[in-house]
Amino acid sequence: MRRLTWFNTTALTFGFAFLYLPVVILVVYSFNSSRLVTVWAGFSTKWYFELLQNQLFIDAAWVTLRVAAISSTIATILGTMAAYVLVRSARFYGRTLFSGMIYAPLVMPEVITGLSLLLLFIGIGLDRGLVTIILAHTTFSMCFVSVVVSSRLANFDRSLEEAALDLGCTPFHAFCLVTLPNIAPAVIAGWLLAFSLSLDDLVIASFTAGPSATTLPIRIWSSVRLGVSPEINALSTLLIAMVSIGVITAALISKRNLLRQN
Amino acid sequence: MGRFFLIATPYFWLLALFLVPFFIVFKISLSDPDIAIPPYVPNLNWNEGWPGLSDFLTQLDFENFGFLLTDDLYWKAYLSSLRIAVLSTFLTLLVGFPIAYGMARAEPRWRPTLLLLIILPFWTSFLIRVYAWIGILSTEGYLNQVLQFTRIIESPLTVLNTPTAVYIGIIYTYLPFMVLPIYASLERMDLSLLEAAEDLGCSRISAFWLITVPLARAGIIAGCFLVFIPVLGEIVIPSLLGGSDTLMIGKVLWEEFFNNRDWPLASAVAVVLLIVLIIPIILFQRNELKQREAEGS
Repeated sequence: MRRLTWFNTTALTFGFAFLYLPVVILVVYSFNSSRLVTVWAGFSTKWYFELLQNQLFIDAAWVTLRVAAISSTIATILGTMAAYVLVRSARFYGRTLFSGMIYAPLVMPEVITGLSLLLLFIGIGLDRGLVTIILAHTTFSMCFVSVVVSSRLANFDRSLEEAALDLGCTPFHAFCLVTLPNIAPAVIAGWLLAFSLSLDDLVIASFTAGPSATTLPIRIWSSVRLGVSPEINALSTLLIAMVSIGVITAALISKRNLLRQN
Repeated sequence: MGRFFLIATPYFWLLALFLVPFFIVFKISLSDPDIAIPPYVPNLNWNEGWPGLSDFLTQLDFENFGFLLTDDLYWKAYLSSLRIAVLSTFLTLLVGFPIAYGMARAEPRWRPTLLLLIILPFWTSFLIRVYAWIGILSTEGYLNQVLQFTRIIESPLTVLNTPTAVYIGIIYTYLPFMVLPIYASLERMDLSLLEAAEDLGCSRISAFWLITVPLARAGIIAGCFLVFIPVLGEIVIPSLLGGSDTLMIGKVLWEEFFNNRDWPLASAVAVVLLIVLIIPIILFQRNELKQREAEGS
């Protein structure tokens, strides 16, 4: 396969340059001292200070974090249950519908999900706010959790669980003591995925948020529709830095665990 | 008892918050707009019993769907979304396949790092990644600055607010969705098959088409669906990068709902979009389940 290496190297170089260059430019220009975003006028961190004084963004950030923390936790519990059902229960009434409802939200355009949830909330008379965003985010992110967890669960040796049952464990105890520690990496990955999906979501939140609760993406959206601004560049840089540190830390931890197991 | 609880909890959650809402969208798509809260009539009045229900049912009609057919804007938006979705899926495959291939054939010790580099943008905010392109593609943007500085062009190119910008935005943001499934299927591939083909006189290129591509098929199909289906309803990218002439149905739905406050018409747009998508969604699920079974056995 040696002869193809030049092709692979070029493909990877251009591919990753395409993926990372726009983000790098964004980060670099967040330290630009000029308000004109595309003209470099020297290094400055003033946009970060302006950002930290903008109460609208800080309030929105708190709402977003609360929504993400709560919805991802509920989604992880429900998604793990759903994964367990999908992998372990070969047949029950409505299984096809169930697996359909797990897979469909993964690709469903967000405008449809958002609109339908809003009309449901209006129909049952639930006021739009924090609760409705949490319900909406839990619903779509539990499906992502269940897909992540079920692929791990499918590879897990079931006889270990059966051994625990033979030795007198209740099914619930067997799950907590044997299965859960084994699928824990996938459950944690699922939680992180649900958390970042919630942090990121604009469209569904726009439909389900009320005037009392505005999330950070909604704030950013209404600001970027007016064009590029240095404060948004600074905010983007902070968010990118947070996510990168989180993902890289998670990757390093899982690598260390893998080495330890071997 | 425990088993029932285990199945019922996620099941009823999804029924109540995923399936039932679709029926509500359908019901409201048959209603008429009204200046009220909520902004549509009729509303079912349970207190009136059967007469109330029959009164309610007779007031529902397919008028909104008729309007979608007769008004140019809507079917043009559907067709233009389909065209954009098909073409951008193909372009994403064209860009994504070589990356996935390069990753799968890289030295094993590099693969986790490469995988992390592909996944990292996927975790970063979608909105921010689209936003990053505004500064690049605008008339005074970085792309024009570089091209003019290097004297490749004399006057700045207009890219922002054109369909080209929308395609670039879609390829950029959806690339990880294409690369990951293709990488997964290529990485599992047994390379000795290629050696066997070459020993038997196959050229490198025909071995690629006869062996590598068919073995990556499930990954390619999954990747294409993961791009095509969400792009069809895309709203953020055409709103930020596209101009007023880039029609996409997700954007039309959004404007109908938030700007015109015509909820019944927005619901009708959503129902038609869902009907268009139902076949691709079912095919995607089949492909996923088949892959699952292939992995399990």
